[in-house]
Amino acid sequence: MSARPQAHLTLGPLLFHWPAQKRRDFYLRIADESPVDTVYLGEVVCSKRESTFEPLRDAVVARLRAAGKEVVLSTLALVTTAREVEQIGELVATGLTVEANDVAGVQILAGRPFVVGPYINVFNEGARDFLVGRGAIRIVLPVEMPATSIRAVAAHGGQTGIEVQAFGRQPLSVAMRCYHARAHNRTKDHCQLVCGLDADGLTAETIDGVDILTINGTQTLTHGHGVLLAELDSLSVAGVTHFRLSPHDLDMVRVAGLYREVLDGRREPGAALEALRSLTGAVPFVNGFLHGREGLAWVEPS
Amino acid sequence: MSARYLELVCPAGTPAALRAAVDAGADTVYCGFRDCTNARNYPGLNFDFDELREGVGYAHDRDCKVLVAINTFPRAGDLGPWHRAVDQAAAAGADAVILADLGVLDYTTRRHPGLRRHLSVQASAANAPSIAFYRDHFDVRRVVLPRVLSVREVAALVEETGIETEVFAFGSVGPMSEGRCFLSSYLTGLSPTSEGACAPASHVAYLDRDGQVLSRLGATTLNSFARGEPAAYPTPCKGRYVTLGRSSYLFEEPAGLNAIAMLPELKAAGVTALKIEGRQRSRAYVAQVVASFREALDALARGDAAPVAALRGETEGGRETFGAYQKGWR
Repeated sequence: MSARPQAHLTLGPLLFHWPAQKRRDFYLRIADESPVDTVYLGEVVCSKRESTFEPLRDAVVARLRAAGKEVVLSTLALVTTAREVEQIGELVATGLTVEANDVAGVQILAGRPFVVGPYINVFNEGARDFLVGRGAIRIVLPVEMPATSIRAVAAHGGQTGIEVQAFGRQPLSVAMRCYHARAHNRTKDHCQLVCGLDADGLTAETIDGVDILTINGTQTLTHGHGVLLAELDSLSVAGVTHFRLSPHDLDMVRVAGLYREVLDGRREPGAALEALRSLTGAVPFVNGFLHGREGLAWVEPS
Repeated sequence: MSARYLELVCPAGTPAALRAAVDAGADTVYCGFRDCTNARNYPGLNFDFDELREGVGYAHDRDCKVLVAINTFPRAGDLGPWHRAVDQAAAAGADAVILADLGVLDYTTRRHPGLRRHLSVQASAANAPSIAFYRDHFDVRRVVLPRVLSVREVAALVEETGIETEVFAFGSVGPMSEGRCFLSSYLTGLSPTSEGACAPASHVAYLDRDGQVLSRLGATTLNSFARGEPAAYPTPCKGRYVTLGRSSYLFEEPAGLNAIAMLPELKAAGVTALKIEGRQRSRAYVAQVVASFREALDALARGDAAPVAALRGETEGGRETFGAYQKGWR
């Protein structure tokens, strides 16, 4: 195992709907205690949630930057209304780097450096090269990509960073329909932000009792946590520069510490996996997409 | 015939279906090559180069246009099949290609500037800046709008972008943002985005359990039916799941889109073309659906009311929906 201190650790945007206060406290602890280099802030899933955190955002950004973190603002993944388009413009106007999760963001960010989020399909070098030509400084690859494809996109990427999600439930789809509201027999217009009841999402089981998916408002995610620890070294060698931890309602400072130790060669992946399991409870791990398998599979490190 | 009311764009999963659609009154047909480059990569479907060239000839002789869907996202390191598909569509005389991937759009714009480009629904362009992006960089002339938009939103997009739009009018509907759904690969390991097959038949099974039939995709049970009851195809977004202790069609009830009663509203919204989904359906199905829409569009073009009842029973599970066009669907 070799030390690769140049690999960056990022904290992806919080996908779930937490109360504003809880969110603020979470980020202040991230600022003060976690070894992440970059923090993505912003509402990716549903614009109805957006207003609750906005008044606290500036203070959180200031604290994160004071702690030496790069701050990136993330856009919605599915943009349909004029108001949602305006909100992208407002993110751009802050002067901070923006992560575009819809092609609308790429259009609005024309001429500025930006991050391509995982909800924009960059599955190959053709798409990569086009977006680099538009100013992409980093590309977060879709969670579905197998290692063989990641290698091909990360090779010859030049100065462009390549980011891969390494921890947390993996996003599988976005929709206009709100499944949280449907599960509670409500309409989307009268949802009363019922998604806020589930800090890590709502489990959907199969009719024969297998936990299979996680519902998060209009988003659907894997039930298991996507976990890449044994794979970090080979992905770094392949040219992946940033590894993303997706926030969940557990000790993310400790999670970040474990990943940093593995990236720095100070802890064996096997030992880190064991330590991680003590933090994630009964939720299984998945890594099938990376290994070219069904996404819900878990391939044991060899 | 009187002036065109809306362009009728019809599925051609096979050369026989192409001829059936043309003969039934399609203004335009769309098809794909027999490989991973199109989003209906199912066994027994699609065209090779010679079949496409003959199909284009048959359609053009009858004043019908042919669009070629090359609308999956190439696997990294393997762009050849997608580039070849674009080259062959151009060589076969296709009237336009329907594309989704940024790299394929870029390639086509550079190599075949004269080949008309449409944006596939798989690109999920659901707002004005996204549409402007594809128009500005790739001179995209028409956008197939995502099935997640209401009629009011469609009208606003047409007004703001001034671009030709094509909307789904009949067939299967999924509730997820198109081209960005990994549910099927999560369960099967095969990617609809790169390999073009959602819920591939190779991974579907129906199991008999205690008088019930379980439908499964991969190792995952998606629904159950009483023996003898017709069992719906196990597509992940059409399955039954249990949340909060209650079993339900969490994402979407099994029903087919039928917007034939909404044609005047879609026309008023400024839509250019109607798309009939169903390259995987039979020639007889295609002929009947196309003929019914032809009749409705011709009636509307004459200023008459459209007959709307003819297609009952052709929709998925025999149940109809207006999908996202309808208020309250969300």
